[in-house]
Amino acid sequence: MSMKQIADWALNAATGRGAAYADLRIVDHRQRTLATKNGKVGHAGSAESLGVGIRVLVDNAWGFASTDDLSREAVEKCAAQALEIARASAGVQEQPVRLAPEPAVKIEWATPCKIDPFSTSIDQNLDLLTRIDAELLSVKGVTLAESSMQLGRYEQWFYNSDGSDIHQTRVTTGAGFSALAFAGTEIMKRSYPNSFGGQHQNKGYELIDELELLQNARRIGEEAVALHKADRCPEGKMDLILDSSQLGLQIHESIGHPIELDRVLGYEANFAGTSFLTLEKLRTLRYGSDIVNVVADATEQHGPGLGTFAYDDEGVQAQCTPIITHGLFTGYISSRETAHAIGENRSNGTMRAEGWNRIPLVRMTNISILPGEKPLTFEQLIAGTDDGIYMQTNRSWSIDDKRYNFQFGCEIGWEIKGGKLGRMLKNPSYSGITTEFWNSMDAICSRDQWTLWGTPNCGKGQPMQTMGTGHGASPARFHGVKIGTAYKGN
Amino acid sequence: MDQSRAEAIFDKVKKYASAAEVEVIFSSTNFSLTRFANNTIHQNVSEVNEVASIRAAFDGKTARATTNRFDDDSLKRAVQSAEQMAKAQETDPDRLPMASAAEGKAAEPPSRWFDQTAALTPADRADGVAKIVDAAKKNKLVTAGIFSSSQSAEAIVNANGLSAYHRQTSAEVSITMLADSSSGWQKANSPDVKNVDPVRLAEIAAQKARDSRAPQELPPGKYTVILEPAAVLDLIGFMFWDFGGMAILDQRSFLNNRIGTKLFGENISIVDDVFHPLQSNTPFDGEGVRRSRVNLVEKGVVRNVVYARGTAAKMRQSEFKDKAGEIRVTGHGFPLPNEMGEAPTNIVFLTPGNEQTVEQMIAGTERGILITRLWYIREVDLYEKILTGMTRDGTFLVEGGKVKHGLRNFRFNQSLIEMLNNVEAMSHAVRASGEEAFDMVVPAMKIGGFNFTEVTRF
Repeated sequence: MSMKQIADWALNAATGRGAAYADLRIVDHRQRTLATKNGKVGHAGSAESLGVGIRVLVDNAWGFASTDDLSREAVEKCAAQALEIARASAGVQEQPVRLAPEPAVKIEWATPCKIDPFSTSIDQNLDLLTRIDAELLSVKGVTLAESSMQLGRYEQWFYNSDGSDIHQTRVTTGAGFSALAFAGTEIMKRSYPNSFGGQHQNKGYELIDELELLQNARRIGEEAVALHKADRCPEGKMDLILDSSQLGLQIHESIGHPIELDRVLGYEANFAGTSFLTLEKLRTLRYGSDIVNVVADATEQHGPGLGTFAYDDEGVQAQCTPIITHGLFTGYISSRETAHAIGENRSNGTMRAEGWNRIPLVRMTNISILPGEKPLTFEQLIAGTDDGIYMQTNRSWSIDDKRYNFQFGCEIGWEIKGGKLGRMLKNPSYSGITTEFWNSMDAICSRDQWTLWGTPNCGKGQPMQTMGTGHGASPARFHGVKIGTAYKGN
Repeated sequence: MDQSRAEAIFDKVKKYASAAEVEVIFSSTNFSLTRFANNTIHQNVSEVNEVASIRAAFDGKTARATTNRFDDDSLKRAVQSAEQMAKAQETDPDRLPMASAAEGKAAEPPSRWFDQTAALTPADRADGVAKIVDAAKKNKLVTAGIFSSSQSAEAIVNANGLSAYHRQTSAEVSITMLADSSSGWQKANSPDVKNVDPVRLAEIAAQKARDSRAPQELPPGKYTVILEPAAVLDLIGFMFWDFGGMAILDQRSFLNNRIGTKLFGENISIVDDVFHPLQSNTPFDGEGVRRSRVNLVEKGVVRNVVYARGTAAKMRQSEFKDKAGEIRVTGHGFPLPNEMGEAPTNIVFLTPGNEQTVEQMIAGTERGILITRLWYIREVDLYEKILTGMTRDGTFLVEGGKVKHGLRNFRFNQSLIEMLNNVEAMSHAVRASGEEAFDMVVPAMKIGGFNFTEVTRF
């Protein structure tokens, strides 16, 4: 049977039983996951999951049901169940659902991809990972070497009762490695190109070559071991330079989450929390300094981020929304249901679901800080800093449930004195209040230093959904930041 | 999914396989969740899904392929995928043959299937939510939360004749009550919906929101704290990933060189016990091996860690074998192949007697802080087990034996090792549920010298 036929069964069953609106997503998700540890296979697995999720609006209330059975009987039963659920929702309702209008579209879209990752052999994948492990273990003092690779193909057919028919295929590739060195009473860790699984993009296998994994393995192993002899990062208020991957996570936690409009409106209060960005702050709050420019950009032009697509999971076209413009807070990320809360008559297209069995939620797309307009290399940024700390690669991250107070730890740091990188520092950390921190940014490197990082594991919702988000960033400097709090009192 | 259907699908898979050994893990879910916010049900979902995860093994090489399609073509494709991924590997002499039928024969835990939970409908859950919303309105508050129910089954069948099956139900309610400047929270779950009382939870959460209105700021520093069970669970959950033999072999555990030493206070004793009446888990592990009770910490001394089959065999040959506790297969392995090995996930705290209720702890505290819930906890230091995180949804100053008023939320940076040396009092252990760790049977704790480093703006 065709996907269109399955959609017709679902939509006819839903609208025939009284749904004012219905949509469905049929998803075929395939993955290959490989991991090695100390040169041996740690994990080798493939997975495929196919199913349909049906969302209906009845009596101004939502119902959603999903099934892995795509037979006509099961799909119609699933639609009927979604209606039963919606009717139960309607019984406890103070705020009826209002959907911003959206034109129907028919479109096909796929991730631009030079090398289909699934065309590569498992031998080829494992050979790379085991060679990385060997390189890491060649460094005396490395006690654990781990490498991993994740390949994915997410194909989705979206239909709704307004007539939309959107077929999208996203291909994702990711890889990375880490070295642990245990000695005495310390475990030191270095990761490349980022922690927690490395770099991930909507790209084919060509990403793997671009990452230069093997070429960086020895250096990373040596740094893990060298950290044992490094001094502990001092405490105090200092200038701080962050590498682009750590700045990407800083954006994720202290800009990306607080701008989610569902969160602002209280939809996530029980789990992920709310947001300090209450509605009156739109276009009035000085979020950052004049050089802070942040966008939520899901369009292909922004790059191959994990938040890049053609249409979101409500059938709204990908857009670029200015979030912070020369320091001023200028936009939230929204949905058809929430757009009216900020006086908009259209969603800015950020609704995404983890799979066929989950409802779409307002999710970060690619939330990126724009690079500096004037040419500034990393070396020039360091040269222009008299006294400070440079930190690289996230190790720990935590922020309160309104996204004010944060604390980040990094894997490694270096002292900056007189415009030069000096001694290596272990256990670096910094903390602050979101708006104070972004207002302290006084320099950011230019486009040639900008990287679009992928965060593959952003959690939100109940039941929990994991989503990939993109964060473009260049290294940047912040003035007078609180350094070293994580070890205070310990 | 019942055991006979699992075995029938396994027979098909076996026919399609060329591998010397085959194993299939089946999981079946029928899950529904009603979510509310702003006193309105705004999300209401259900899911039916069955998954077969097929493992093929050829003499020291193994891989897994997972599918939710059980037609012949899909099963054949999954078998081929697992075999292809296995064949591409180098032989690993540490890989063991699959578990035998004898290793899988498990004692039955208390029944974790309750018809009244399985029978819950969307209308039943909406009715529960309506009562929670009523409690919110009565207190002039706004509420957000969930009411979920599920039926799940797990089976594992392998070519050595091992066949294990477990099914259970679950009901869960989590409630946040929001006032203008404060909030309160409660959460509970159980296989039996009769043990989950939405109205009682709503009233406690509402009281916390009311009592913490207009929170005052206290400077950061070291304070005596009273952690309610959910806060204890979310903190200590971070250490149990290190209580596995593989973590010791990998030298990534904070227990490296510490097993057999007195690491915590005399009053800390912890076991892993899937058969405890308040626990909720399968009685077998990811290889189908029966779980056994493990004495992890006894009077502050770390006695043992848990072992999967392969890890136990490897540890016996390793340089760490004399610093690894009793080396025996405990039934805590994750599905193979994996990098993590194993972990105890059926944690039960054994309280030493002289238990105090939270109210008694408050009454006996001259100055301290009562904490309902913690949030966004992450590991700052791997070996000293320093954790950072925030308080949330009900943080109070206790003075002169009484709860005085709400406090602005704190950030902590606290070593777990130090914390478990400073436990001054415990309540009876209860089944608790948080957000950062798996459910456990843990007490509330009164702890001295808890390290707060910053205060946030609310």
